[in-house]
Order: sequence, then C-alpha cells, then structure tokens
Amino acid sequence: MTEDRKLGFVISGALTKGIDVRLDGDISVEDLAVGRYVTIEGHKRRFFGMVTDVTLDASDQRIMSAPPDVSDPFIAEVINGTSTFGRVHVLPTLTIGDDAVSLVEGPQPVKTVPSHFSVVREASEKDIGSVFGSVTEGQFYIGTPLDMETKVRLDTAKLVTRSNGIFGKSGTGKTFLARLVLIGILQEGSAINLIFDMHNEYGWKGTSEDNREIKGLKQLFGSKVAIFALDAENARKRKVSPDYEVEIGYDEIEPDDIALLRETLGLTDAAIGVPYRLARYFKGRRWLEEFLTIEGKDALSELAESLGEHEATVAALHRRLSILRRMPFLVSEAKGSAIDSILGYLERGIHVVLDFGRYGDNTAAYILVANLLTRRIHAMYRERTERALAEGGAKPKPLVITIEEAHKFLSHELAGQTIFGTIAREMRKYNVTLLVVDQRPSGIDEEVMSQLGTKITCLLDNERDIESALTGMSGKGELKAVLSKLDSRQQALIFGHAVPMPVVIKTRDYGTAQSYKELGFREALGRKKDSDKDLKDLFAE
Amino acid sequence: MLLKLGEVVESSTEKFVAECDKLHCPPSFGSLVRTREGNIDIYAVVSGASTASIEAGRRPIARGRGDVNEEDIYLSNPQLEKLMRTEFTALVVGHGDSGKFSQYMPPRPARIHSFVYSCEPDEIAMFNQSLAYLSMLVDVPERSNELIAATLRNAAVAYSEPREFLVRAGKELALMIAGDTNRLHIILKKVKA
Repeated sequence: MTEDRKLGFVISGALTKGIDVRLDGDISVEDLAVGRYVTIEGHKRRFFGMVTDVTLDASDQRIMSAPPDVSDPFIAEVINGTSTFGRVHVLPTLTIGDDAVSLVEGPQPVKTVPSHFSVVREASEKDIGSVFGSVTEGQFYIGTPLDMETKVRLDTAKLVTRSNGIFGKSGTGKTFLARLVLIGILQEGSAINLIFDMHNEYGWKGTSEDNREIKGLKQLFGSKVAIFALDAENARKRKVSPDYEVEIGYDEIEPDDIALLRETLGLTDAAIGVPYRLARYFKGRRWLEEFLTIEGKDALSELAESLGEHEATVAALHRRLSILRRMPFLVSEAKGSAIDSILGYLERGIHVVLDFGRYGDNTAAYILVANLLTRRIHAMYRERTERALAEGGAKPKPLVITIEEAHKFLSHELAGQTIFGTIAREMRKYNVTLLVVDQRPSGIDEEVMSQLGTKITCLLDNERDIESALTGMSGKGELKAVLSKLDSRQQALIFGHAVPMPVVIKTRDYGTAQSYKELGFREALGRKKDSDKDLKDLFAE
Repeated sequence: MLLKLGEVVESSTEKFVAECDKLHCPPSFGSLVRTREGNIDIYAVVSGASTASIEAGRRPIARGRGDVNEEDIYLSNPQLEKLMRTEFTALVVGHGDSGKFSQYMPPRPARIHSFVYSCEPDEIAMFNQSLAYLSMLVDVPERSNELIAATLRNAAVAYSEPREFLVRAGKELALMIAGDTNRLHIILKKVKA
C-alpha cells in the first residue's frame, strides 16, 4: 500500500450523516472497501474516519440512459473520473488539531466536519498508530485494521470496567474472538475471568473452523487457570483433568432459579408462582428435592390442594422439573460447596473455566448453573465491595463473567429478573462485569445492549440483529453497511468504550505455534511439552 | 518561421475579422493565430472563413459554362483575384505579454490593419499549458462543438504525445460541460476522428 495516497476531496457532509468524498480520476472504487480508514486534512485540524459506503456517480444523470461509447479507450479515459466518478461516504470519528495543545491531548471525538474540498488521503500506518496507540511488549492487541500492519491495541483494563459483548452469526468466529479477549485479560492481568464454557472451547482446548485443535487457556496459562467440570467423566474422556468436580445440592436452588427456566422448560405463568409457594410449604432449602421425590398422582393432587393451586399446574411443573433429576451434578447433598471453591480460586487470582461437558447442549442445565453460581458470586462481590467502601479497604479484583447464548439470560422478559440483567445494568459498581457472547443480539434486552461498553461484532446479516448490535452508537446507519459486509472469517468490527474509534479488524492469528509465541508463551510452550509427555504417559494405550 | 496570414479589417474585444493575403488561403478552422496591439500579443482561434466579392451585394457570376477547365477560369480571368477576397474570423481567447499567457480577454481589441500570423508549434504548446480558454469556446452560439473539436485537433499536432494532450483537454472539457455528457460525447467523437 502506498502511504498517504490522495483519494479525493470532500464535497458535502454533515456531522450526523457523515461526509461525501469525491474520488480522484485515478482512484478506482474497486480499490476501496468499507471499513478502510482515511484522513481528511481540514484547514485547522485533521480528521480520522472510516469508509462506510462506496457509490458510483455521474455529473450528468442522463449518462445512465445514454451511456457514452466506452469501447473507445480515448472516450473511456476522458470520462473516467470526470463525467463519471466514484464517491465514498466517510464517517468521521476523531479529530486532532494542529496546535501544540491538541497534539498533546491526542485525538478527540469529532464535533464538526472538515470544510469543503478538504483533501482526503488513505490513512497511513503512522496515523493509525497515533489513534490506537502503539503496542508495547506485554500489551495485548486484537488484530490489525484491514490491509494494514499496525496492531490495534485493546486496552483490557478499560474493557473490563464495563460489560461487553461479542456478537456474530454462527461460524464467524465469536468463540475465537472471545478466547482472544479472555487471553488478553489474562495476559494483562486486568481482571479475573469466570467462564461458563458451554461448548468446552475455552478451558483445555478448542477446535478451529478447519477442525484443528487449538490450545485453551489452561494449556497456555497453566496454574493461573482452573478448570471446574460439571461432567467430570466427559472431561476425562476429552483428556482434560479438571481441578474441581462441581456438584450442586438441591438445597442451593431457589425458586428464582426456576423462574429463569420458564422458556427453556416451557413453564406457564401460573407454574412460575408455584415454586415460591413450595418453598414456603416445605419450610426450607430442600423444597425442590422434596417436591421432586413426591410420586403418584394422588400425592400431587393432595399437595396442590394444600398449596391452593390448580392440580394440573402442579402436575405439569412436577413433570417438567423432573428433567433436573437427570442431571447427575445435582445431588441432594453436595460434597463441598462449588461456589466457595470458585470464590476461593477467584480470590487467589486464578481464572476459573466451568466446563459443562455433555450438559453444554442442555440449555436448562447451562442456565440453571450459570445463574445459580453467578448470583452467589455476585452477592459475595457486592458485600465485599460495600465493605471495602465502608471500611476503606481494597476492593476485590474486577471479575469478568463470560456467558454464551446470552439471549437466554438477557432476553427482554428475563433481563429484569436474572442476576445477569442486574450485572449488565449496574455496570462496574461492584467490580463484576459480563462478557456476553451471542449470535442473536436482537434477542437481548435493549436496555442491556445499550449498557454494553464495548461491542465486538463479527458478520451479522439479520437486519434486527444488526440494529440491535449498534444500539446507542452514533453513526449507526453508516456502520450498518460495514457490519453487514464483513468477511465471514477473521474479521470483526469493534466499537465502544475500549477503542478510540470504531475499527474493522482482521483478527490476529491464533492456533499456530507462531501465534502462541507472539502471545508471549514461550515459557508455556516449554511447559506444554512436559505436560504433553505427562499426558502421553498417563493415557498410554 | 512566422507566417503572415492576413490583416485585421474588423475588430472588437471578443473577435476580429482579417482579410487573407492570398485568395482562398485562410488558416485552418480551429487553428491558433496571433496579432498584436501595442505590446500585447492577442491570441485567437479561427472560427470561420469566407470568400466573397469585394463589393457587397455584387455576387460573382459562374464562368465555367461550356467546355471550360476549372483551373483555366482563374488563368484566363486574372482580375478575379482582385475582385474577390477571402476573410476569416477569429475568436479572441487570450493574450500574452513577454512570454506570459493570460487566458482571458485582452484590455483592448486588435487594431485595424494589424497583421495576423500563424503560431509555431512551440507557441501552441505553451499557450495550451492551460486550457481555461476552452470555456470561451463552449459558449459560442454557432458550431461550438465543431470549433472545440477542431481547436483541440489543431493543438494536438504541436505535441509529441498528442493522445496525452487530448485526454487532458477532454477531462478539462468534461468538467466545463459537466451537466451535458451528451455534448461531451459528440465533441470527443469529433476530436478523435
């Protein structure tokens, strides 16, 4: 790429609608793509912007009905760039003045537009560097802008102060990106991660699109990461040795947890009220177990009568909840408190991956466990933060909870009830934030979406999903075009709190030996050799 | 070598009419010519030529009836060359003062009886460094497309890379008549032919 190539000049624009740039005759529209960066040299300041649309235009609209004879190379050459020309639409996002003060302050959000006929150039590596900052040793970068080498830094310390979202159609690399972001947080030590690993992709190993095995967090960070398994048997089959096998007592389930399963289990409004009555009726924490052990129609109708509920409602609830009995990790008496252990690990700064094994496909199990654990952990964090505020001690280290299929927790109906909705809304007050990973952002409550600080979205093509992902974003209309035209692989649009301006990136490589090395895991690689050998010995056929 | 073409017989700020030294030998349509007013060289583009009787209203009569050869008509009637004259009209497109060209109207029109000369290729190329003068030809009420095309064809001869010049001129013209690509197309076709 030639640095600082002149592209054209500003012909019209509005701060709210973006700027139209007429391309010079020697610039082909085919060389420009949405998501590309440009700089605009105003009289007093420079502007940075992103190309959000490319248009073909003509000085005389009649040219479309009576096109000139372009088979004649002379006529074609004359007309190109004069009578017919390319136009690009640029969304200006940052500006930098040319006086000393502005240079020190660095790029600022735009509050005006460049004047007419300001020259527009392709942004150079240096320009991009000045916007995103340089990446020094040990700092995390998430990728490079399109067709550029400059690394785009993702400031994870800033990132974790808000809840964030990673969106994209299935197969566009959400998990891949989420893993990268988690590694970034780990690498920079900006927060502790608790990951509800639905598809067992983060803990020990994952699979890439082309079915290669790639390293998970545990392999790269060793003792800094603990794997909690809900399905230890399955974990071992996958040659994963969990640090802790999670068991959850029936007595740890509260009526609120059941309310959350409403959609998954197909519970009626009437049925949702029953668990609260059951809890009162059985007078204690073991209500669910006692309810599930009731057998026979007569016993159920007797119970319904004493509760003052309709018999059919209670019977239906009983039938639907009996699915919980097929979840072996639910036991009447848990050996140890999984929550306490998780908290213990988190407190020591060890990142926890909860591996769901086979239960990942069981949405009810995922929702139940994630919600249950998160509620307790959040309560603990809340208490500690409040104590720290009152007594002036240190606040607990920021915690980032990663959930997949987030729309199941944060739908419009549930966001008000679940702990995840609360975390997303109250933001960083208690040092707990979410990293939601989802393919249907439109399924997530609008209020929650608008509270997400930074959004990283891979390709989305459903109109409602795009609309929802861009909620609360200035220049939404422009970014829509960018979002729907992303490549389905290794490309993402990042915007929000943690980056100075929206940026389309080519996600950095992950999964090759070189990429592990780049992430600074030479030591880990050495360790990996040993552990591979150990594993081989252990599982020798 | 300076070639004298004729003498100004009618002059105004925007154009002049010159009588040719030789009957039937006007400069090419669209060629660049030069005349002088004081210290100023006035440049103009030939926009038309005509040959007629010197007496207005007196029309020549046909002389080729019967078995007469066309060339013999002038040989056997030497007075004809004195009774008729060839005139050409040139539209003023700019002026020059000690090597500096300005592509706008000169302060004063050419004087009557000023001599009109043809321009050398170097001078044509120098004058055509800027093509702003084309805008004056765009507004000519009659045969403007023909005139522009001829002017460009004539100017292109002064260049070693005529196509490069024509593309540059074409682009300039495209911007001048941006709202009418049909006209541009017509002109370009004529330029190329």
